[in-house]
Formats: sequence, structure tokens, C-alpha cells
Amino acid sequence: MTAQADVGYHARQHARWHWSEIAFWSLALACAFLFPSRYLIMTDIVRLALFALSLDLILGYGGIVSLGHAAFFGVGAYTAGLLALHGVIAEPAFALVASGLVAMALGFVTSFLVIRGADLTRLMVTLGIALLLEALAERFSDITGGTDGLQGIEMQPILGLFAFDMFGKVGFFYCLAILFALFLLARRIVHSPFGLSLRAIRNNPLRAAAIGIPVNKRLIAIYTLAAFYAGIAGALFTQSTQLASLDVFSFERSADLMLVLVIGGTGYLYGGLIGAVVFRMLQEVFSTITPQYWQFWIGLVLVVIVLVGRQRLHRWVLWAPNLVIRQLSGRKAAVVVPESDAP
Amino acid sequence: MTSLFTNLFDGVAYGMLLFVLACGLAVTLGLMNFVNLAHGAFAMAGGYVCAVLVNQSGWPFFAALPLAFVSSALIGAVLERSLYRHLYHRNHLDQVLFSVGLVFMSVAAVDYIMGSSRVFIRIPQALEGQIDFFGVGIGRYRLMIIVICGLLTASLQLVLARTRFGSRLRAAVDDPRAASGLGINVPQVFAFTFAFGCGLAGLGGALSAEILGLDPYFPLKFMIYFLIVVTVGGSSSITGPFLASLLLGIGDVAGKYYVPKLGPFVIYTIMIVILIWRPNGLFGRTAAR
Repeated sequence: MTAQADVGYHARQHARWHWSEIAFWSLALACAFLFPSRYLIMTDIVRLALFALSLDLILGYGGIVSLGHAAFFGVGAYTAGLLALHGVIAEPAFALVASGLVAMALGFVTSFLVIRGADLTRLMVTLGIALLLEALAERFSDITGGTDGLQGIEMQPILGLFAFDMFGKVGFFYCLAILFALFLLARRIVHSPFGLSLRAIRNNPLRAAAIGIPVNKRLIAIYTLAAFYAGIAGALFTQSTQLASLDVFSFERSADLMLVLVIGGTGYLYGGLIGAVVFRMLQEVFSTITPQYWQFWIGLVLVVIVLVGRQRLHRWVLWAPNLVIRQLSGRKAAVVVPESDAP
Repeated sequence: MTSLFTNLFDGVAYGMLLFVLACGLAVTLGLMNFVNLAHGAFAMAGGYVCAVLVNQSGWPFFAALPLAFVSSALIGAVLERSLYRHLYHRNHLDQVLFSVGLVFMSVAAVDYIMGSSRVFIRIPQALEGQIDFFGVGIGRYRLMIIVICGLLTASLQLVLARTRFGSRLRAAVDDPRAASGLGINVPQVFAFTFAFGCGLAGLGGALSAEILGLDPYFPLKFMIYFLIVVTVGGSSSITGPFLASLLLGIGDVAGKYYVPKLGPFVIYTIMIVILIWRPNGLFGRTAAR
């Protein structure tokens, strides 16, 4: 087998649906029926998962460290809120796409700023853009409602069929469906030749450029796509909570998002989804112990994760499942170690 | 016209303060290329030490200032030896996560111990009010800040330029590998500088309680300012961050006075433009290695 065919074979193997993935999504759907009283928090998890998926696209596949990903989330949130408030696009699903596109446009414009410079400059520029937008939203309070946020948002039924109910059931299924659809798209993209080239760029931009990959163009493309995803996540936030306030742009939101992704692991798409579940659970536990000071424990988790080492932590977590699988089926480890973390 | 001079004066005081607060970060970022977002936490620690000493134990303000420096430097030294040094060779993502974690912890811990409301430090009577200088109102407290920070800056510059330690530090900044090859104990130099930078931040925190306000969210609120000073100024010399903080101070005060509605918008825009124009900082050669 030639090297090229070999690479193609492995790429195709990776791209095939694994039974554990099907199990994951079945479980997610099952949760909807298992915990009918918990729709609100589950919706929250799904939104966070989509947002984390968006960061994973640029961090795990593009290698861009962003401290201001909340910028796109916020733009999506405010766009969806304004569209609904003024009845421009009353239908939520179309408004959602429109908000995503607005965030995407912003992502495209700012991507030119982000691809310039090294890590530190990128950190500062992304952080600066988010802070800038927050300052703008505060400044133009006649449009955004300032510190009070957008109030009185009334959502129309989705596609004119499903009205949002007060228990959040419709909202949850709506968010889950969106997440699944966008996940499929992301999965298709990262397993395409385009996605493979992104991985090459993340691992070594210089070498990637040397073998003829247009590094900057690829990074702009993935950054724009990630902005679209984040915008959709923000729009879902507004549509399901019927609220958009200044804190959608806050630094804490971007920082929490990094924690989510780091808990789950970067570079294999499920990291954000698993991380969102774990993060929200942790937050619940911490805020029942110390209602006001849960941030301390979140910070401690971050510090411990970094000090122990992300790779080591993931190996520990996956050790037991892999052992079981190896014993049962006699195969090599089936639960994959995230690619970026593999030794 | 006089308001122009008063604003300029306030801006200079503000900028000097920012420089004292942030120059430790310039070394951390420049010397070890370590992204330390938790620098403001050390400043906050110094501020709170000073506040407790002055308000609760009745220490005079000027006696509490050195202690703010020492306590922050101690905390810095302990954290550097125990935690930070393990992360020098990690990637930026790990460093960002780690320091953000520290910020969250410090914010919640101070909130728990000291409460979430803003803390004021009682300053001596002699420092209150203004002096009228040829019709220009000059705040006494701000004048003191300019004097203290000016002296500090001058002595820092002297230490860096004239002493043996200064030349070791500069050598380590320029090329850590070659420096250690010449027998310079780079980790030791760095540990000392880190602790000293934290101490300066603590002193700055104590001085700034009057001007910037001291509450548990201090590290988050001013993180971007410290980062601006370092990234815009570059970290190849002390002059870069100094000029950058003066610019930032004057720009921020003037912006708030003349275009209050735009708020921090001006500063962020200028920062992004400068970073796009010169990714290594205005005065830097190798800031973003």
C-alpha cells in the first residue's frame, strides 16, 4: 500500500461512525425522556456544548487560543434578541440562521486581525474585540438596553408549529436538534481533506505551509465557521431564555468556555459536549456547597487540571473504560484518546 | 486650558501607577514568555494588606506601604517556587488556563474574607486636597504617586542598566540559553525578578486603592490594562512599558473627560490598531517570541 493510500485509508477509518458515538447521541436523546423536570438545565448544557464545539473548531483544529470567543456568542445573542423584539424575522429558526450569519460576518472581518501575530497578540486581540463589543453594547444602550439588557422578547412558535412552553421542553428539543445538525456538519468538515489540512497547520504551521497548504486562508475559513457556531449558540441562548444582557460578552464567559473545553479535551469534537455536561454538574455541586463562592472551586479545578497535565488526566479517566473494552472484546483501546493528547 | 493641564497631570499619575502595577508583568512575559493573567491578583493582595493594616490595625499609611510590597513579594515568591516554575515550558494555553484559575480563586477568596464591597484606605490628612500651582489644580495624592513612582522607575532603570544583576537579567531576557551557558543562574534570576515584580504590583495596588478603587474584582477589571502596557510597550526594555503606560494613562483620563460616552472604547480600539500595526509592540523587538 502506498503512503498516500495508507493515509486515505486511516482517514476514512477515523471518519466512520463508531458505535460509542451512536451510544452517546442515543443517551443524549434518552436524557430528554428520563429527566422531564430538568429541561432548563439540560437546555443550558446543550447551549454550552454548542458554544464549546465552536471553540474546539478553532482551538483544537486551528490551534488559535482565543480569550474573547464570547464576542461572537454575544453578537448572536443580541441579533436574535433584536430580530425577535422588533419582529424583523419572527420565526425562530430563520432568526437563528440570520444571527449566526451576522456573527459569521464579524468572524470573517476579525479573522484578518487574529491571524496576524503570535499567540500573545492573538490573545490580546481576541480579548480586546470582546471587550470592545461589550463597551459598544453599553454605549448604544438605546438599541441594546444597556445594563438592563433586552427585555420583553416574545418568541414565535418554531416553524409556526411548536410553541415554546414554560417547562422548556420544546426549547430543549429545539436546541438538541440544532446541536446535532451542527455537530454533523462539523464532523463532516473535520474529517474532510480541509479538516486534515487544519490539523497539519495546528501541528506545525511552518511545515504545513511548506507542503503547500494555504495556512492563512484555512485559518480564516475555520475562524469564520467557528464564529457562525458561536453566534448560533448565542442566539439559542436568547431564544430559550428570552433575555440578552451585557454579560453575554463578559470575559468570564470566555474563560469558563475554555475550562469546559479543557475538561472534555480538545481536538475530537466530543470534548466540548462532554466538558459541558461535566462543567455544569461541577457548577451545580459547587454552588450547593458554597452558593456565592463557587468560582473559587472552578478556579481550583482549572489550576489542578493544568498542574496535573491535561494529557495525564485524560489517560487516567480513559484507563478504566479502555481496560474493560480490551478485556471484553480483545481489541485495542476503543475509546479513543483525543488525538492532540495522544503520546 | 487649566483643565487640560489638570487632566494631563492626572493622566501622568495614572500612567505611572499603571507602570508600577504592570512592570512585573513585563518581566514575566518578556523574560520567560509566560502569559500571567493573574498579575492583578498580586496587586490586589498588596492593596488589601495595606487596607487591613491602616484601617483595622491603625498603622500609618507610609508604614503600611512597604509591608504591602513585602507581602505581595512573599506571596509571589512562594507561588513562583511552588507552582509557576512548573509551567514555564508549557504552551500558552496551559499558562492562560492556570492563571485564569488563579484569578478566579483569588477573586472568590478575597470576596469571602473581605466582602465584595469597595475598600477605601484612610490616607493621611496631608495628602488630601489640591495644591494650586499657577492656576492648575494638582491633587496632592497624585503628586505623591508621581514622586514615588518616578523615583521607583528611575531606580529600576539604574538597577537594570548599571548593576551586575541588571546585566544578568538583560542577558537572560535576550537569550536564556546563552545566558545559562555563561553561568548565569537563569531560574534564580527569574524567581527573584518575579517576586520583585509582584512586590511592585502590591505596592501599586496599595497606592491605587484611592484612584482605581479596590474590590475583589480588581484582577479582572484591570487585567486588560496590564496586558496593554506590556504588549503595546514591548518587553525588551523598561522604557517601552513606561511610555506605553503613560500613553495609556493620559489617553484613558482624556478619553473619559472629553468623550465620556465612548468610555473604554477608545483604549481598546487603539490597542487593537497598534497590535495589528506592530504585533511586537510599539517599542519592542522580541516581545511576542
